[in-house]
Amino acid sequence: MGQITLQNVQKSFGPVDIIKGADLDISDGSFVVFVGPSGCGKTTLLRLIAGLEDVSGGNILIDGKNVVDVPPAKRGLSMVFQSYALYPHMSVRGNIAFGLKMAGLPKAEINRKVEAAAATLNLTPYLDRKPRELSGGQRQRVAIGRAIVREPKAFLFDEPLSNLDAALRVQMRLEVTRLQKQLGTTAIYVTHDQVEAMTMADKIVVLNGGKIEQYGTPLELYEKPANLFVAGFIGSPKMNFISGEVAGRHGAATIGVRPEHLKIARDGEGWPGNIMVAEHLGSDTFLYVDAGAIGTLTARHVGELDLSAGDRVLLSPDPGRLHRFDESGKSLRA
Amino acid sequence: MARMATSRHVAVSTFAAWLVGFLIFFPILWMVLASFKTELDAFAIPPKFLFFHWTTENYATVQERSDYLHHALNSIIVAGGSTLIALLIAIPAAWSMAFSPTKRTKDVLLWMLSTKMMPPVGVLVPIYLIYRDFGLLDTLTGLVFILCLGNLPIVIWMLFTYFKEIPKDILEAARMDGATISRELVYVLTPMAVPGLASTLLLNFILAWNEAFWTLNLSTLQAAPLTVFIASYSSPEGLFWAKLSAASTLAIAPILVIGWFSQRQLVRGLTFGAVK
Repeated sequence: MGQITLQNVQKSFGPVDIIKGADLDISDGSFVVFVGPSGCGKTTLLRLIAGLEDVSGGNILIDGKNVVDVPPAKRGLSMVFQSYALYPHMSVRGNIAFGLKMAGLPKAEINRKVEAAAATLNLTPYLDRKPRELSGGQRQRVAIGRAIVREPKAFLFDEPLSNLDAALRVQMRLEVTRLQKQLGTTAIYVTHDQVEAMTMADKIVVLNGGKIEQYGTPLELYEKPANLFVAGFIGSPKMNFISGEVAGRHGAATIGVRPEHLKIARDGEGWPGNIMVAEHLGSDTFLYVDAGAIGTLTARHVGELDLSAGDRVLLSPDPGRLHRFDESGKSLRA
Repeated sequence: MARMATSRHVAVSTFAAWLVGFLIFFPILWMVLASFKTELDAFAIPPKFLFFHWTTENYATVQERSDYLHHALNSIIVAGGSTLIALLIAIPAAWSMAFSPTKRTKDVLLWMLSTKMMPPVGVLVPIYLIYRDFGLLDTLTGLVFILCLGNLPIVIWMLFTYFKEIPKDILEAARMDGATISRELVYVLTPMAVPGLASTLLLNFILAWNEAFWTLNLSTLQAAPLTVFIASYSSPEGLFWAKLSAASTLAIAPILVIGWFSQRQLVRGLTFGAVK
């Protein structure tokens, strides 16, 4: 079991409020990603759940039991750190076994569990090596091994892939997701990378300035962002925002159109503009268009498009996928 | 061409390094040589470098006149005792400052170091009087106590730098893994801190071994370590260079041997934290 509930959780460091009252319900077995810009409080929130920081107010329930006064080790959670935080003087075996040893398990059982965890993570040939003799990806796997071997109620991941190179990151992303599905253990994963969030999560928590902006499935956030912040944060390239007269015509203070929902044409209807930069990726073409009073717009076309900088184009939004926001930035829905 | 310039560069810097090394080492070499000379040869002008009458009579005289082993034992007790007690006090102090720093931690550290900025002679008279009144003059307890206090700031400072280098994440990982504070200490922190502890211990042992100001002023015979033993050869009747050199050679021999075998630890200790 691993049902985690936050009730008005607050955290302040001196006069600074880092978490301004978070309410959240994480169901057993789900993969939840905390995402947000740096300094939004996502790591702090994770550390509060872990018990590495004390809450300033509110409750944290794990399987219905309030754990705010329970020390980290007794919460039944395990954590994977950004820096891996492996014990440098212990072998891979020692690192993975440490938690079990602290729990006082019999030696034979520890060995069996360590071997099983190592096999799951393809670490068997490295069991007797020291962390410094491993590559970044292998170290990360040891850190994950240390987390899974204890069979926790939930895994807490603190930006675990940010120290890996891009190719390895994609591979580890898959491995972590697959492993979580296979074990069926609740996971909370912190990242600032919205692509990681979108690809890994069952549900995403978007945080900004210590507040939860929205909590929902990746597609909910993409299709129905609650406000300007979420709309701008989720999706790559970023959503185009247009305010002023054009927005007024749609009865909103600001309208938003995702680059992939802008139709690109050479003539006909639409907002006229000149291409400033055209990026040809083969699979996609990104156009950065100076649309005069409307501003700079980004448009995405799937496939190759024979356009280059200086060309004149007309951009028209898909009316069904237009997002409207009021003056306070909240989403307006019909 | 570039390659030749590089090899010449290497040759020049190697030569320079050896030269500087030799200059630093020369006084010690000269002392050892002088200890094998007769008193006449020892202050002969021009100085005799290698071609003199080699003799070991100075060592015999020194053994006869004073009890080397007694002083050496005192040195071991004073240096070892003061270092161990300093470590016992410094480990928790450095620990708490490194892992739960407050706004004042930097100030406390600086204040500790500032006590080393005052010349010891400034407090000689009050300390001497206190020692006299408490019956600590010429006692091993007194010397251990004063050297321990004298080196404590440096010990704390060194350990603080070492502990500071241990990533907090690792301690948190241990806490998540269910380690209690005492197990965290035994299984995680101590093994990681051993190199730092070892070089702190060595450096402070050497500092205490060579400490002359307090040992000369607060002890005469009973508790006198090797520093006093050396000084006893500069007497009012005149300097006996050869015997003084023999005494000094005997006094530094143990520490030289320890230093030789622990060079790597020492260098690491002295440069630790300088380069990440």
